[in-house]
Amino acid sequence: MIRTFITAPHRAHTRSFSTTISRRQQILPKSNSPIVSKLEFFNSVTGSSSLIPTYRVLDGVGNLIHGAELPQIDKAFAHRLYENMQLLPTLDTVLYNVQRQGKISFYMTAYGEEATIIGSAAALEMDDEVLGQYREMGVLLWRGFTIDDVMAQCFGNEEDGSGKGRQMPVHFGSPKHHFHTISSPLATQIPQAAGVGYALKRTPDRRSRSIAACFFGEGAASEGDFHAGLMLASTIPSPTLYIARNNGFAISTPSTEQYNGDGIASRGPGYGIDTVRVDGNDVLAVLSAIREARRRCLEQGRAVLVEAMSYRVSHHSTSDDSFAYRPRTEVEDHKKVDNPITRFRLFMESQGWWNADAEIELKARLKEDVMKAFKRAETLKRAELSELFTDVYGGEQPWHLKEQRAELARLLRKYGSDYEPWRKELAKFKNNGRDLLD
Amino acid sequence: MFSLPFKASRRFPSLICRSNSTAPPAGGHLPSIATSTILRSTREAALRTPWLRWLDDNASSPSTVIVGGRETRKMNTYQAVRDAMSIALAKDDSAVVFGEDVAFGGVFRCTMGLAEEFGRERVFNTPLTEQGIVGFGVGFALMGHTAIAEIQFADYIFPAFDQLVNEAAKIRYRSGGTFNVGGLTIRTPTMSVGHGGLYHSQSPEGFFMGASGLKVVIPRSPIQAKGLLLGSIRDPNPVIFMEPKVLYRSAVEQVPIDDYELPLGRAEILVSGTDLTLLTWGTPVYHCEAALHMLSSPEAALQPHITASLRSAKVELIDLRSILPWDVETIAESVNRTGRLVIVHEAGMTAGVGAEISAEIQKRCFLKLDAPIKRVTGWDTPVALQYEKFHIPDAIRIVDAVMETLSY
Repeated sequence: MIRTFITAPHRAHTRSFSTTISRRQQILPKSNSPIVSKLEFFNSVTGSSSLIPTYRVLDGVGNLIHGAELPQIDKAFAHRLYENMQLLPTLDTVLYNVQRQGKISFYMTAYGEEATIIGSAAALEMDDEVLGQYREMGVLLWRGFTIDDVMAQCFGNEEDGSGKGRQMPVHFGSPKHHFHTISSPLATQIPQAAGVGYALKRTPDRRSRSIAACFFGEGAASEGDFHAGLMLASTIPSPTLYIARNNGFAISTPSTEQYNGDGIASRGPGYGIDTVRVDGNDVLAVLSAIREARRRCLEQGRAVLVEAMSYRVSHHSTSDDSFAYRPRTEVEDHKKVDNPITRFRLFMESQGWWNADAEIELKARLKEDVMKAFKRAETLKRAELSELFTDVYGGEQPWHLKEQRAELARLLRKYGSDYEPWRKELAKFKNNGRDLLD
Repeated sequence: MFSLPFKASRRFPSLICRSNSTAPPAGGHLPSIATSTILRSTREAALRTPWLRWLDDNASSPSTVIVGGRETRKMNTYQAVRDAMSIALAKDDSAVVFGEDVAFGGVFRCTMGLAEEFGRERVFNTPLTEQGIVGFGVGFALMGHTAIAEIQFADYIFPAFDQLVNEAAKIRYRSGGTFNVGGLTIRTPTMSVGHGGLYHSQSPEGFFMGASGLKVVIPRSPIQAKGLLLGSIRDPNPVIFMEPKVLYRSAVEQVPIDDYELPLGRAEILVSGTDLTLLTWGTPVYHCEAALHMLSSPEAALQPHITASLRSAKVELIDLRSILPWDVETIAESVNRTGRLVIVHEAGMTAGVGAEISAEIQKRCFLKLDAPIKRVTGWDTPVALQYEKFHIPDAIRIVDAVMETLSY
């Protein structure tokens, strides 16, 4: 197996130092740990060591903080960042309300995490393989997934290329955009990303060029699959970038009840991987951190961990009322005091790249685009009903599915026009379900 | 000695040959795995394995059934499994083999020498994490590559249940066919081994039977293991391939050395019969063979228990081979002919694979059934170490079930 040499300076130092010791003493056969005579316990949080710092470029009002370096970014790129950041809440607001009107069954917004998501998306190459959790629609939008594509998935209509209307809303996917289809079980994508990274390394035209980027929340990091994934991408070296979105909540569970250590970042060194914590509300800090993390991933061919700190301004989903477990004022304060979109807008204004007129024009244009797509999606039918039975298997459809399809067809012939719940539902499908009867 | 119907004698020349030439030893010893007539001990018999499909180097040339010029080699089951993986790795540069301890050859020797032959980038150890192994395999296969993962014992597949059932099985469906993990195969040793206790004996195939989107395959012998494993690796769906571990060393056959596949989803009639259908898979295939022998020519001590009028009964023995999807057509056709069905498996009875098959066959063969469908299975207890002989569906339990069903 290929074991890339660890390039992080502190590790290299530790290794060379301890190697000398163990060579001389030969006490621990499988560890280079130096031997000490003083009994001392350590702990990343409550011990003498300080917390892992948070990397930041802009302060809360968009000024460059002392000593910070701006990432390479020009006006056009900044505009693109800002437009995509603004598109997220525009879509979220419309789709959230659409769900409230019962027109779609479910929705999850990304309020408060716009900088984390768009900053990460912008730092990745367009064909890096992305495995997400569910709050990363912004990565797809950055890559050219259209508003119509978003609507098609959420409405589950005949244009839904993500999954033919089979999955709940916000479970997007698109091979064209190198975005693996979202699934609901948390953290399952984390070890999968290690396998994707390893496959990239074994693909001649993508080796040393593409990485797997894997997003997850701080709650999902409590799953066993988190442990498995980071360990695998570290021991079976794979260019896999893990991006933890630490927004403080897993549904109602605050992060204080999720872990007792120093967040997610403190775990990275335990797996022997380069790790950084970044201010997830600072799009330029995220951009810099992910660009550098990506570079290290490729250089070392090994996992890298980035923990982006933000705050989940929104409810967990449309099935959640977050004011049941946190005060409304806390959320309102957060929106005002530390708003990632405002922070970046103020920065752009300070560069002379943005003004009030541009803001009004952008917001109006985005709203119009979203409303147009929404109205169109609403009128489209669903895929053909026979798609209920396809794609379970590749190759020939097994007998049990053929028989069950035939059984539904029989029942539809018999009751389809007389049983009201079915009659009404059939009308929503392309061909009114007649394809199943053929 | 039970006589073989004409149809079977044509299909199983080796079986006939050995049945006729090797009389049971004095004292009426039952056939064991080592002396089983189901195993193909000659080149000729091996090359005439039913449904064997050659996959020659020239992929564009049509597959052929020509036997001449083919060679076989004596292999046990672990060698046949190793041979299949070696062919898969040689022919498919994207294929990798991984799991716990596979690099040095595997705890059952199934990956012996593969790391040396194909390199540590293609045959490698993983950390000890089953959910990680399957998750990693899912990701690797998502990129269109071929992942051959090993779970060290089927007893330890449960930590990966989520990755298998919620992820691997559903990825093609949930993505509208845009992503798939068809390149994923999970190999895992299964069934009892004589002294495996609770966690080295399990037969968890039933837990996966409801996971539509997966395929589940269990071979009975070296020829079957190689052909079905190559078929599984190349099948466009994720496959769980369960290898009966007691057969790794004990089952020996002449195995064709070329690349060939056996079809998934098809049962195989090993012994044709007209009076009762005996259905099983994996290790119990040999218990069933012993039971048939016991029925037709019982040793002296058992003679009072084996009803004389039933000794000439013609029992049809079927190896199911694929658990999901299973070959309903072959089983239903057989039961419609025989009117009686006994299902044998090592896993516990309640909600086991036998329950599913019973229900479906009862539906299809209702008017033809002359007796209730009987299941001979492990008890609904864990596999207790010192009690194993009384837990597994042994020959005596099978012969009893066969007699009960025949005389219903």
